[in-house]
Formats: sequence, structure tokens, C-alpha cells
Amino acid sequence: MRLESSSRHAVAPKVYDAAMGSTLDPVARERAQTEAHELVRAWNGRSIGLGGLLGRLGSVDQVGVEERAASLAKRSIKRASKLWALDLIVRMIDLTTLEGKDTPGKVHALCQKARRPDPADPSVPSVAAMCVYPALVAVARAALAGSGVRVASVATGFPSGQTFLELKLAETELAIEAGADEVDMVIDRGAFLCGDYVTVFDEIVAVKAACRTTLLKVILETGELGTYDNVRRASLLAMAAGADFIKTSTGKVSPAATLPVTLVMLEAIRDFERRTGRAVGMKPAGGIRTSREAIAYLVVLYETLGPGWMTPDRFRFGASSLLNDVLMQIRKERDGRYSGGDYFSLD
Amino acid sequence: MTSKRDQMVTQRPRSESVGRGTASPSSWGFGDGQAVPWEYAPAPESRDVVKLQARYGLFVGGKEVAPRSGQWFTTIDPATEEPLAEVAKAGLADVEDAVAVARRAFRRSWGGMPGRERAKYLFRIARILQERSREFAVLETLDTGKPIKESRDVDIPLVAAHFWYYAGWADKLDYAFPGRTAQPLGVAAQIIPWNFPLLMLAWKIAPALAAGNTVVLKPASPTPLSALLFADVCRQADLPPGVVNIITGPGEIGLALVKHPDVDKVAFTGSTAVGKEIGRAIAGQGKALTLELGGKAANIVFDDAPLDQAIEGIVNGIFFNQGEVCCAGSRLLVQESIAEPLIEKLKDRLATLRVGDPLDKNTDVGAINNAAQLAKIEALIEAGVAEGAELYQPACELPARGYFVRPTLFTNVAQSHRIAQEEIFGPVLAVLTFRTPDEAVEKANNTPYGLSAGIWTEKGSRILKMAKELRAGVVWGNTFNRFDPTSPFGGYKESGFGREGGLHGLLAYVRLEDR
Amino acid sequence: MPRPRQATPGGGPVDASAAVGTPGRIAVRKTYKLYIGGAFPRSESGRSYVVKGADGSPLANAVRGSRKDVRDAVRAARAAFAGWEARTAVNRGQILYRVAELLEGRREQFEAEVGAAEGLAPAEARAQVDRAVDRWVWYAGWADKISQVLGTVNPVAGSYFDFTIPEATGVVGVVAPETSSLLGLVSRLAPVLVGGNVAVVLASEGRPLPAVTLSEVLATSDVPGGVVNIITGLRRELVPHLAAHMDVNAIDAWGVPPDLIVSVEEAAMDNVKRVARPPRGAAERFDWLDDRAAQRPEWIAAFLEMKTVWHPIGV
Repeated sequence: MRLESSSRHAVAPKVYDAAMGSTLDPVARERAQTEAHELVRAWNGRSIGLGGLLGRLGSVDQVGVEERAASLAKRSIKRASKLWALDLIVRMIDLTTLEGKDTPGKVHALCQKARRPDPADPSVPSVAAMCVYPALVAVARAALAGSGVRVASVATGFPSGQTFLELKLAETELAIEAGADEVDMVIDRGAFLCGDYVTVFDEIVAVKAACRTTLLKVILETGELGTYDNVRRASLLAMAAGADFIKTSTGKVSPAATLPVTLVMLEAIRDFERRTGRAVGMKPAGGIRTSREAIAYLVVLYETLGPGWMTPDRFRFGASSLLNDVLMQIRKERDGRYSGGDYFSLD
Repeated sequence: MTSKRDQMVTQRPRSESVGRGTASPSSWGFGDGQAVPWEYAPAPESRDVVKLQARYGLFVGGKEVAPRSGQWFTTIDPATEEPLAEVAKAGLADVEDAVAVARRAFRRSWGGMPGRERAKYLFRIARILQERSREFAVLETLDTGKPIKESRDVDIPLVAAHFWYYAGWADKLDYAFPGRTAQPLGVAAQIIPWNFPLLMLAWKIAPALAAGNTVVLKPASPTPLSALLFADVCRQADLPPGVVNIITGPGEIGLALVKHPDVDKVAFTGSTAVGKEIGRAIAGQGKALTLELGGKAANIVFDDAPLDQAIEGIVNGIFFNQGEVCCAGSRLLVQESIAEPLIEKLKDRLATLRVGDPLDKNTDVGAINNAAQLAKIEALIEAGVAEGAELYQPACELPARGYFVRPTLFTNVAQSHRIAQEEIFGPVLAVLTFRTPDEAVEKANNTPYGLSAGIWTEKGSRILKMAKELRAGVVWGNTFNRFDPTSPFGGYKESGFGREGGLHGLLAYVRLEDR
Repeated sequence: MPRPRQATPGGGPVDASAAVGTPGRIAVRKTYKLYIGGAFPRSESGRSYVVKGADGSPLANAVRGSRKDVRDAVRAARAAFAGWEARTAVNRGQILYRVAELLEGRREQFEAEVGAAEGLAPAEARAQVDRAVDRWVWYAGWADKISQVLGTVNPVAGSYFDFTIPEATGVVGVVAPETSSLLGLVSRLAPVLVGGNVAVVLASEGRPLPAVTLSEVLATSDVPGGVVNIITGLRRELVPHLAAHMDVNAIDAWGVPPDLIVSVEEAAMDNVKRVARPPRGAAERFDWLDDRAAQRPEWIAAFLEMKTVWHPIGV
């Protein structure tokens, strides 16, 4: 099955072919494309244009989904479950620093936090990953050696994605060479919003091919997509194109992650898994600052996808200040007293 | 009773990776084979906020009075079958007293009171209800079995809102009906059901008082307590004695009340059968009458509907208040092209419903209100099975005591089945399919009832078209079970006549005269 | 000016609507039939009864309608309902206005019939007919406005668009006022039709002739067949069947004899019909000429159902 080409491709096929051809391992590329096409075919069973395909994939009622998310947020969990949840949240955090002013010193310090979030309490586990810009991947890798904490790198012209495909692919490859275990890419929102879904799709396929066995998270930047319908479409498109995780935001645009957006994405994951048998993970990122909020996300996760997704292999929090609040809550559950900000390091 | 309930449970094979299987929570596996220790806290709302009396007399003339009949009955908590309190059983003499007192109050104090003063009493009542909201929510849950989540978040806020809304009308009646002035009717006899006791009280009393009438209200015998606590609110608000009178007792007392010659207006909410009885009982007496009766609403889902939200709407439509709702979406009409995936999702979603202690904040589905209703529901479920529909019930533990039913789904239902025609008034959903919009309208309208309907589709013109064609007093588009004091509610056909809420809700309680 | 009535040589009824005749010329008398489904059938029962004028002299035979005629009329009305209700409001209003035009055009005939039926002097009869036409015009003009007065947009506490609009109830059984043979009938029938309802009218028992002539007006205006059906006959024979019919949605009980009202309201409860009745004791002494009393939008609203629609507001 050949997917329809967009007009952008018609205009610049040479650039596209050159990009696809020169920077990738052809075997990997072909496998990724085949897999992607298989996924799209499995999803739909017929050969139709991507725009039409996405249009049929269902709509979302804003008021209804926001009400559902709000009612889930009212659940209260048992104290024993809460302790387990706090521990899980730590294990799910991708501790993040993505600033122009990041230095090796800053990254090194944060990596220590990532390995041992609470020096006073060795029972607190390490976080899932450190998330940094490509230039600092090597620093992170060195700082985290032997810890089990993974290194995630943003790539593809993060955060805007407004650059050339060759550069996006080159950045991905170099980040992996520098030692990234995971790549967080951004989709081309400009292409998406003008309906050029094929470009968005093909770019993800290409990046996935460049990733080979490296885990690929696809950032949808839900705050720019404007509607829950678009969030659902982008989710399904990204999964069909080979994403291992779909992620809400870069953290640079407001609104970032919200409960309703997360619910929409989790429902898309559920539908996709039912159709294709492939389980894709989810990562809300940006704007989650308190344990209470994070637990609400876990409630939404549990009620939508069940116990099988309650693991860092399938769910991550993209956060920085959340960690300290969780540490405070853990300490409060253990000591019985509320703590203060001074007792936890600010890295 | 336990074994009959458990016989009905369906064991469904489920895929490992999605959903939660049929076993109880503690044995659900995940990823590496470990059990996930994820459990919701019982989170019980405390009963302490409610101070129950051992006995409640009638509320007549502003005071608690013992019934002249000398008789009492017990009201119980349907979740535990434990008694809550003893309540007066009014007799005919008590009905006489109450009506006479209401008439006196109408003549001497309330009927002639300027609207702006009546308004202030009603505002006081609204404010006190807000202040005591937790107390009322817990009491309502104890007496009805409905989840505290619903009484706290839906019933009680709407109660206060109704009094707030109608308070503001009391001094603006001249603007409500063009060219006419609105006079009160006099004494209103009001009979309310057990499914939303305090909310139905608010729907009745607020507009009646705003328009200048006095009332004698009889709550349903399974659920008298929130009305009796409301009497305390009237006292706290210094409402003139006799404006509101609450008499408790069985159905015969209600019938005697409506037949009383000195009653000017009758308002009834309850079953269609009893509504007809009441209409016949007062035939020819010249009394104003409004009826809010039963329903068998169709919830119609098209293949372009926002599916996950439609599921929420379907679930809310039939499991809110255990399905004991006149406007419940008890028939799901799903477009055939989307039926299979929708029903799959629906079954998955049913498996997440928590049935249990109504005082637990995490409970989604509480107890059935009374033993008689439970028996009716179980009988109709058996009828559904007998007539060949396919039953599905998620496996869930039901408490050992109390009146509980599992959420129930019937597929392969035909239009002629009893479960598609009779009002079950319980958590039982009948699923039928349709092919075209015309067929959906035809099936939806093919009932003597006409209270409500739901439509789920992305297409705006179709929402409006279906709304126009459906013969129902309330049409919910891409939503369900929404209520508001400003929004008129009531039925077509045998679901009754007259509207409650909004400007139209005033009409029931006034006589329009020329300026 | 209508001729005074004369007894015919054979002693049979005289056509009161005959205009000034030519001496020596025999008038062709009108036969007063039922009006059902746009046609003028006789009763399937084949019976008739003598209609007398206010002075006791026989005016004509009217059909003595049977319960089967009621049944047929309800069936015709139900069949006509969907089409009538589906018309635009302005279209209904214009159709009703045309009825007034035709009423005006036949005013002399109506004046003669009303005068004979009710024993009115010519000036009084003319006042009745004048008012009947004007009243019909008044109600016709409401067709495309009533929903603006009765409808509301409701400010609910949530992100929902919520509106209430009136819709027709359906088939309305109109038991026409007994004594006011044209004006009373028009005053009760017009508001029923304005809102999109269809009607089965039981004409006054003692004074049915103006109602039948009205049916001729309806048949020659643009009113679709079945929208109005008029049956003459004996009250006590017909009212119970209309009241008990399960496919009638509402009853206008202004003309129901006081001793039948209890049984009518009881029977109406079988399918929860909406019953419109006059204020206690008002029917007998009602002054139909009083515009303030008899021209009321509430009379249109009495046969309308309020439908409330909700929809979320979101992107």
C-alpha cells in the first residue's frame, strides 16, 4: 500500500529522498516503513488517504471528557496504595532540565538527584530517566553510569520542530551516538495544523528508523493542537507511525499536560492496542507539580488502561519540581509530620 | 437472595493486556506478574454530621406535632436494612388539620405578603441549605441508598439552587407572563417520590412559595427524613407557621390529601399508574394539576459519536442513582455500524463500576431504595432472560446485607420485549440497534412515555433534527442527565404534563389574570 | 337581510340560510354533513337529528355522528398531524389567515345562521360574525410569534446551551361551546390550530349549523384535509368516546356539559390527556365578545408541549 503523497512532497521530493536515503541505514528504514504501513493497514484495512483515515478515527466531546477527568480526580486511594503510588511516581519521573543556560555542572548535579533523590532515605528509588538537550547527553551518561537511570535526549529541533528534516535526523543519530537510551522527538505541528498529515507521519517513521532499538517518545505538543479531536488524531497517527511512547508537551508551551488531555491520549492508546495488539506508553509532561496531581494522573491511568500500565515501562512523568513534593509526601507518610522546602535539595 | 444475584454474573474472557479481567482486584496481574496494590480507600463520609431523632412527628403549623392517628412507622437504611428512625403515620384527621392550617396561613400571612418579602424567606432557606449541605447529603444517602458522591455533588447543590432561583421570581411575577398578572392558586397538595426526596421537595415547594401559595407536602414513605429535616430549615428561617406543612404516611394519605376539597392545586411526581389514579380521584373538582410520571428514554448513539464520552453518557444515563430515575436512559439505541465496538467498550466500562456502601465516596452505584423496588427489578431481569435477551453483568462483590443489584446490560433486545417497554427503574440497560436516523426516531418514539431522550453524534444538523423529531420533554444532545433550576423539565404523553424549573415552572402555581 | 322562517307545506325543516328567494322558486336546500379528512361524509350510522332555531322552529337535519365517526375523525387527524406540524410557522399563519378571508366573504350566510340558531337580531348577529373573523385573524398572527413569547434560553450553571421551545401536542378533541355557535367555536378552535395541532371538533349539539358552514370554509381554504374535522351529533353519545380515545392527546372541555365533566376527566387519565377547562362556573356566562377574556396566548399554550434541549459548548 502506498500512502498518498502530500503537496509538500511533490514540491520537494529530492530533499525528502535525499534525507531518507543518505542518513539512514536502509534496512532499518525499510523495516520501519513496512511496520508503519502495516500498522496503518491493520488500523483501517483499506487503502485510503491519511486525512480521511484520521477523520474516521473518532471525535471527542470537550465537556464530556473534562467532566470524566474531573470525576476521576475525586477518587481517594488507600493509604497503603498511596505509599506505593508515591514510590511508583518517583520511579516514573523523567527528571528534566531543558534550558538554554544548562551547563555540565547543572546536569551533573541533577543527575545525582536522579540517582538518589533523597540522600536521607535510601529506600527512595531512583527516577526513571534524565531528560536533557543533545549537547549534554554525554555529561548525563557519565554522571549516571551504573545507576540504572536512563538518559533521554530531546531531538528533532526541540521545542519548535521548525527545521529541516536532515537536521532532525542527524540530531537524532548524534544524540544516540552520544549515549541516549531514549529520544523525545517533536512532531511538525505546522504540517499537522495545515492538514499535511503525511509529512507528520513520514517524519516519525524516519526518526523511528534512525532510532533503531532506541526508545522513541513522540511529543504532540497538545497545547498547540487546539482541540481534543486533534489530540486524538495526532496520538493515533504517532502510534501508527511507530512511536513507543506518546507525550503531551515540550513544557515550553502553556497549557502543557492536563488530566483531560491525558485521558484522551490514554483512550487512544487503548483503542490502538485493541486494534493492533501493540501497547504504546504515555508521558504527560509539564505543569504537574504536586503529588496529589500526580496521583490523580495515576487514577486516570488505572481506570483507563488497568494495572498493566502501572509501570515506568509504560508511563512516565515529565517533571522537575514534582520530585521534591513527592519526597515531602513520602517523608510525611513515614514520619507523620509535614515537612518544608528546606529539607529537600534544589538542584 | 445472594445466590440468585450471583447466578446472573457473566464470566467474560478478557485479553491480558487491556482491562482488568473478571477476578477480584487483589489478584489482577501486571507486567512482571506481581499484583498491583492499587485500592481505593473506603473513604467513608462520617455519619456524625447527622443527628437523627428517635422519632419524628408531623410538621404542621410550624411545629412538630404527634399524629392524631397515634400511629408510627419505621424508615430504614436500604444499604444495611437497619432502622433509622420512627416517623409519624398521618391519618385523615391529620390531613384535615394540615390543609386547614395551610389555608389559614394563605389567607392570613402568605397569600397577601408582598413578593419581595416572600423572596427574602426563600433566600434565607437557600442559604441555610447551603450551610447545612453536608448534613443533608449524608442524611439523604442514609435514607435512600444513593452514593454520597451523588447526594453531595448533584442532589443537594441543585436543591439549594432551586430555592435560590425561585426566590428571585417572587417579586417579579408581573414580568413573567406578558400582559398578565400572576396570582397564587391557594393551597397546594404535593406528593413526591423516593428517588430524589429532597430535590423533588425543592422542585415543588420553591415555585409554590415564590408564587404565594402555601403547601402540604407528603414525602414518599420509604424516604421521609430529608423532608422532616427541611422542616427544621423552615423553622430556622422563621418561615411563618403553616406556609409549609409536611405530613408523612402511606399512599392512601396522599390520595386523601389530593381529594380534599379545600386544596386548589395538586402536584404529583411518581409512577404513571399512580399519577393516573390521582388524576381520576380529582376529576371534575376544578383543581389545577401537574403530573411528572415515568419514562423509558432512548439514548441514541450514531456511528460518528464521540465514543468514549458517549459511553460516559450511557453509563451515567442508566446507573446514576442506580437507574431509579424517571428520565433514565434505559434504552440504548446504537447504530448498527458501531454497535459491536460500542458494546465492547460499554462492558469494559461496566467492569469498573464500584457497587457498595453508599457512604463511601468512591462508590458509583449504591443500594436500591427499598425492598419492593428490588423485587420488581429482579423480576424484570428474569423476564428479560426468559424472553431471550442476552444478559451481561460484571463480576463484582455485593455487600451481604442491603438491597443491591449488579449493573445489568441486555443485548439482542427486541422492541417488543418487556425490558424494552416497561419502566424498570433500576440499573438495567436494554440495548437495541438501528440503521438510519428515521428508524432511530421511530423506535425512540414508539412508547406511551415521552419524558427524555439522548442523542450522540458529531453532526450539528443531525442533533437539531433529532431533537425536533423526538417526542420528549427533555432532549440531551451529546450529554445526559443534566438538570438546572432554570431549565424546564417535564414530559410528553404519558410521562405527564406541566414543567418544573425555569419560567415555565411558575405556571403550575399561578392563575393568570388581566392587568 | 335573511328572510324570516316559514313553515313548509310538508312541515319539514326550512333552510335558514336561504337568502332572499325569488317568489315561486324552490330553494335548493343545503345538506349539513360531517367534515372528516377534508371530505364531507354522512355518518356511517346513517342517522340524523332535527336542529331547531332559537324560536323552536326546525332549521335543518344535522348528522347524528356516531363513535365510529369519532374514530374516523381521529384517524384522519392523526394522519394530518405530521404534515401540519412540519409546515413553517408563517405558512400555518397564512393558511389560517386565508380562512378568515373566506369567513369574511361568506359573512351574510353566517349572520343568517347564527341569528337563527341563537335568536339574535341582525345587528347582534353581525357583531358576532365580525368578532369571529377578527378573532381568527388575531390568532392567525400568532403562529410565527408564539414560540418567541413562550420559548426561552435558559442560563444553566454549566457549559451548555439550553433552550426551551413549544411544540404542538398533537390531536386535540375540541368540545365546542354549546351556546355560542360560531364565535365560541372559533375562539376555542383557532388557538388549537395556531400551535400546529390538529382538531376533532364536536360541534354544539343544539346549534351545529354554523360549525358545518365553517367546515365548508375550511375545505375551500388551504387547510389540509384532516387538520380540522367537525362532527355533529348528541353530546352525551359522542363526548365519552372522544374523552376515552387513546390517540387523542388533549381535550378542550369548554363545551362539556357539567354533569359529564367528571367522567371526561377520569377517562382522559387513561392516556394522560391534557384537559383544558374554563375557570369554575365561567363557561355558562362567558362573554365571548370580550377580547380581553377570549383572546389569550395562554389558550394557545394550553395545547403546546415545552421541549427543553441541552448541548455542551466546547471546541
